[in-house]
Amino acid sequence: MRGSLPPRGPIRPIRPRLGLSILGADGVKSIHEAALEVLARAGVRFPSERALAILADAGCEVDRRRQVARIPPDVAMVAISRAPRHFTLGARDPADSLSLDGEHCYLSTDGCGIEVYDLQAGSPRRSTWEDVYRSALVADYLDAIAFYWGPTVSAQDVPVAIRPLRELEAAFLGTSKHVQPETIISAEVARWCVEMALAEVGGAEELRRRPIFSVMQCALDPLGQDGGSLEASLVAAEHGIPTGFMPMPMSCATAPATLAGNLVVTTVDALAPLILIQLAYPGAPVFFAAAPTVMDLVTGGYTGGSPEDYLLGGAFNEVCLHYGLPLSMGVMATGAKLPDWQAALDNTLSTIMPVLTGTAMLTGAGLLNGSKIFSFQQLIMDCEIHSVIARVSEGIRVDPEMLATELICRIGPGGNYLADPHTLRHLRAIWRPRVVDRSPYEAWDRSGRRGAFEAATDLAKTIVEQHRPRPVEPSVRREWDRILAAAARQAEAGN
Amino acid sequence: MERDKLLEEMYRVVYDGEVDRAALVAEQALASGLDPLDCLKLGFMPALERVGEEFGRGEKFLPELVAAGEAMQRALAVTGPQLAAARRDLPTPGRVLLGTVEGDIHEIGKRIVGSLLMAAGFEVVDLGVDVPARTFLERTRELQPSLVGLSALLTTTMVRQREVIEVLRQAGVRVQVMVGGAPVTPSWAEEIGADGYAEDASSAVALARRLTGGPGS
Repeated sequence: MRGSLPPRGPIRPIRPRLGLSILGADGVKSIHEAALEVLARAGVRFPSERALAILADAGCEVDRRRQVARIPPDVAMVAISRAPRHFTLGARDPADSLSLDGEHCYLSTDGCGIEVYDLQAGSPRRSTWEDVYRSALVADYLDAIAFYWGPTVSAQDVPVAIRPLRELEAAFLGTSKHVQPETIISAEVARWCVEMALAEVGGAEELRRRPIFSVMQCALDPLGQDGGSLEASLVAAEHGIPTGFMPMPMSCATAPATLAGNLVVTTVDALAPLILIQLAYPGAPVFFAAAPTVMDLVTGGYTGGSPEDYLLGGAFNEVCLHYGLPLSMGVMATGAKLPDWQAALDNTLSTIMPVLTGTAMLTGAGLLNGSKIFSFQQLIMDCEIHSVIARVSEGIRVDPEMLATELICRIGPGGNYLADPHTLRHLRAIWRPRVVDRSPYEAWDRSGRRGAFEAATDLAKTIVEQHRPRPVEPSVRREWDRILAAAARQAEAGN
Repeated sequence: MERDKLLEEMYRVVYDGEVDRAALVAEQALASGLDPLDCLKLGFMPALERVGEEFGRGEKFLPELVAAGEAMQRALAVTGPQLAAARRDLPTPGRVLLGTVEGDIHEIGKRIVGSLLMAAGFEVVDLGVDVPARTFLERTRELQPSLVGLSALLTTTMVRQREVIEVLRQAGVRVQVMVGGAPVTPSWAEEIGADGYAEDASSAVALARRLTGGPGS
């Protein structure tokens, strides 16, 4: 039996007060200098005529045949200095807008899975448009989720040509929070997405003030970018849409085996496109992104969690802070197939490290099997991990009220603090579980041994049944339908 | 240099994965009059097989296996026709044509599969990345492989795997096709009519053995 759903609360970001240094100032400086050397000596591959022309104009040495640009340190540093340090990720509901202000840490969903553990049947199946919508709906309700990244899963029942647009549509319909697709990989698709956002917010100036989506691209490590993605991001930047590029260097395969070397590749592949955007549109909002990892030495696969990942995940924000720009770090990418012990181990440690170095964005919650299978339960349990880490990272305040010396003396030996006004004043600061099981053994046994997974299943079903996000106006829906039809016609004509 | 020492050198250069020295060692061996087939049978191949065995026992790791495979490739490439022809005379479980489908430039997964297949004795021809369906067809006709492997990393490019299979079937080319890559699943492989799907490089070797009717099938 499921009860009625409490109303959705405001987004709850983490405000970390605990701090951790992994690299130290000297380590950061060495990585920065190595990255500048690599940018200038080896250069980076930009397979886009438009990108190469911009870089050549700015004084980079461009090899057109290899599509490689060598970026001198002075060009790099001037470009980086033009990027805004703080900006806003807007949202359909202005109350859901996020301020990237260096103080807060925002969690998103994970992205681009290909299967979903069906909420009713329990077994995995290929993902569809409906799953994009439902995952957005659940993400909309969960207060730990600050923005929707992805799409969480791919809408594989939609033709490839218009899939990114239909996924954006599903995400907007499911949540009024900020949406950050990683599927906008051509200038045409970017233009259509901008049109959809314009239809919703009502004008170009408002979209600049309140960019309801941003663009995340993947880099082609080592030292490379994707041409379509670069051109898509240039279109986005022109309209004031924030963009970020996510290197995922894998030590032993696409990065050196050593972690410091991995961080150099990560820095180069995050900096290079950021420099390009600043050369083209000075002052455009850009962020760093990264998901550095190491290769599994036996399968060659993506591990989705290892001590090296946790160190890299924490350390890279120290490099980003050197440039003063926000970072989105890949977290909670467990390789576990089920929401189990391994998933909790990976997702807790991969999240707490970047939180403790003050990372602005964390992507993201909800996928299993190395970001391949979406699980509604895992999404909810990841939010629980997030809330534990939010509390841990607050640290311990020490002042007269918190020390409570007067109180301790007043209660004296052998007393208790149960009903004291001081207790009543502070008890709500104590962490409370949403799905973690703390029931007595007998009660747990009588319930059919229900644990966190069962509680998460119930919550997910209740949210899907009862939660309704802030609706999109019918006139906007009609405009989107027109845009989708036009995009489909254009794609057809292009083939 | 005496024959045994040269053979020992050839074994070492592959076993230790000394990619940069492999060509030189192969040249020395041939210059001193060693039979190309002996170079392969007694020098390079046993080393690669041993690395493969040790990998199977968890004593060596993937990068070491890839380095051994590349050292072997270098030796074959520089001494070219002679050694490559000798290679053809050796028994092999089969020839495998590998490539990443059109529109996709992801290389590494396919390369790892290629290295493992090589260590398992397969003859591997790697067509590279962004390979159009027609190229798969042409090279299949030309090289007559027993198996074609199609790699794709993106949900947007894996549809090209279907295209390659259709082109091969329409042309009446009878060859086994295996598919792999991050977004690929067994149900996708079945839907597009592939003969097999492997989730990682080690299972790709087992699958290749099965599809080519070799040992372990």
